Amino acid sequence: MSVLVYTENWDGKFKKLSFELVSYASKIAEMLATNVSVVSIGDVEEGELQKLGKYGASKVLNIVGSQFRSLDNQVFTEIIAQAAVHEDASIVILAHNNSGKALAPRLSVRLKAALGSGISKLPVSAEPFTVNKKVFSGKAFACVVLKTKIKILTLTQNSFELVEKVRVATIETFAPETGEYKTIVKDVQKQTGEILLNDAEIVVSGGRGMKSPENWGPIEELAGLLGAATACSRPVSDEGWRPHSEHTGQTGKIIAPNLYIATGISGAIQHLAGVSSSKYIVAINTDKDAPIFEAADYGVVGDALKVLPDFIKAIKEAKSK
Amino acid sequence: MKIAICLGNVPDTTTKVKFINETELDKTGVQWIINPWDELALTRAMELKEDTGNSVNLVTVITVGTKETEPTIRKALAIGADDAIRINSEPTDVYNVAIQLAEVIKTKDFDIIICGIESSDFNGAAVGGMVAEILGLPSVSSVSRLSISGSEIEMDREIDGGKEIVTIKTPFVAIVQKGIAKEPRIAAMRGIMMARTKPLVVVEPVSCESLTEYSGFVLPQPKASCKMVDPGNMAELVSLLQNEAKVL
Repeated sequence: MSVLVYTENWDGKFKKLSFELVSYASKIAEMLATNVSVVSIGDVEEGELQKLGKYGASKVLNIVGSQFRSLDNQVFTEIIAQAAVHEDASIVILAHNNSGKALAPRLSVRLKAALGSGISKLPVSAEPFTVNKKVFSGKAFACVVLKTKIKILTLTQNSFELVEKVRVATIETFAPETGEYKTIVKDVQKQTGEILLNDAEIVVSGGRGMKSPENWGPIEELAGLLGAATACSRPVSDEGWRPHSEHTGQTGKIIAPNLYIATGISGAIQHLAGVSSSKYIVAINTDKDAPIFEAADYGVVGDALKVLPDFIKAIKEAKSK
Repeated sequence: MKIAICLGNVPDTTTKVKFINETELDKTGVQWIINPWDELALTRAMELKEDTGNSVNLVTVITVGTKETEPTIRKALAIGADDAIRINSEPTDVYNVAIQLAEVIKTKDFDIIICGIESSDFNGAAVGGMVAEILGLPSVSSVSRLSISGSEIEMDREIDGGKEIVTIKTPFVAIVQKGIAKEPRIAAMRGIMMARTKPLVVVEPVSCESLTEYSGFVLPQPKASCKMVDPGNMAELVSLLQNEAKVL
């Protein structure tokens, strides 16, 4: 028996999310008195693979090959399914991100394994295996019993603390048979140098209350100061003031940073569905009755355009102390 | 070219959800809508069909649901789908739904099967991938653009911090998200009239187990009230974030 984690890599590197997955798996493995195995697909250097041991992995199944740089859902599903059989996995854990959402449902069918998706906490019980998950876009939580022998979980990013372990993972080369690639990638377009919205621990977001795209200076300055990513509400991206990739909300990105600073955002239910998992929310808005204040921990009633420069000044002063 | 859209029937986004005995959704007063992502998928399918530059000639919507879902299905027909299939079953879990959909899809020769990336009720983000695996078809997920030129399909697939331009041979399952269409299309009066006479075929479900069971629902704890800070005292806000929340 084992708990198996699929750790995606980004140009051969893991990121905090990868270690969150292993930390989470390690905790579940403790509950079940078993070990964590990891499956890594694509060219990742040994030093990078060794980092997984630091968070509790006992073994890494390493599948190398430059063809694995892009995702083919069927090929990756085959590999992870074979790894699950090889490791006699009772639980398979993936990230609740683009690739995890693409692979977990396929694996569920392949392994006849119940899927609990978008999980942010440890299971509430091991027998019957029960997890809590958000439903109705965050308006409620459901208790879900996963009834099959093998279970699959997808974990929400930034929902589980890293836990370091003193463990050295054994790295085993694994070369399962796979079918041909059917998804052909013609081109890749990547933004560079910015903190990705889903990875960010602090997010500074602007809404219609910012009045025009020329007023985004203070938001960017504040984000730069805090090492934060920038985001926006749907009307702002629909108007083309900011790129669609910044839209947070029900149909945009769903994020869970430690701190979400909402400036000039009224907090429509669709917006809150995307940000309500943030650990702390600061709201700056002119309307004291705006729904954002019901979701926020700290509120400032005032014009974001006037409040933001003062906020930035106060942070600089606090930092210089 | 034939397109199938897997269509979910969900409570309107603004619904205040309530539960009966913490075990089932209280449907009293709930307005039902097409799942927002499926609605965007349908909109894109209609755009493709109207564009004479490609060979899309049929858009079919398929729903798993009881008779109560028919107004939502008719809405999809009013928006422009050519026909509809309703699988007469109350959805129990996502695996069961995917099995039912796959059972119907395999009897037809669809070229592209489109599913929204998740549903706004159970947020499982799984139907599309499961349908593809059951049918042994390739799938592309996180699709934010889908174009057809001649027989070539070209898509944008969102990845962390960017996108890939990908292509794939039909038949396949496209799992789509924001960007696939700009604004969901609203049915015009003519469409609503025409929808009444469009075919809506009802088929009985196959027997199939569920892999999961929803044993209870709870509403989130109400959040402690928001601490208000005077706009003239930003030093206090910084201090709260540093010392109380410990996030700066």
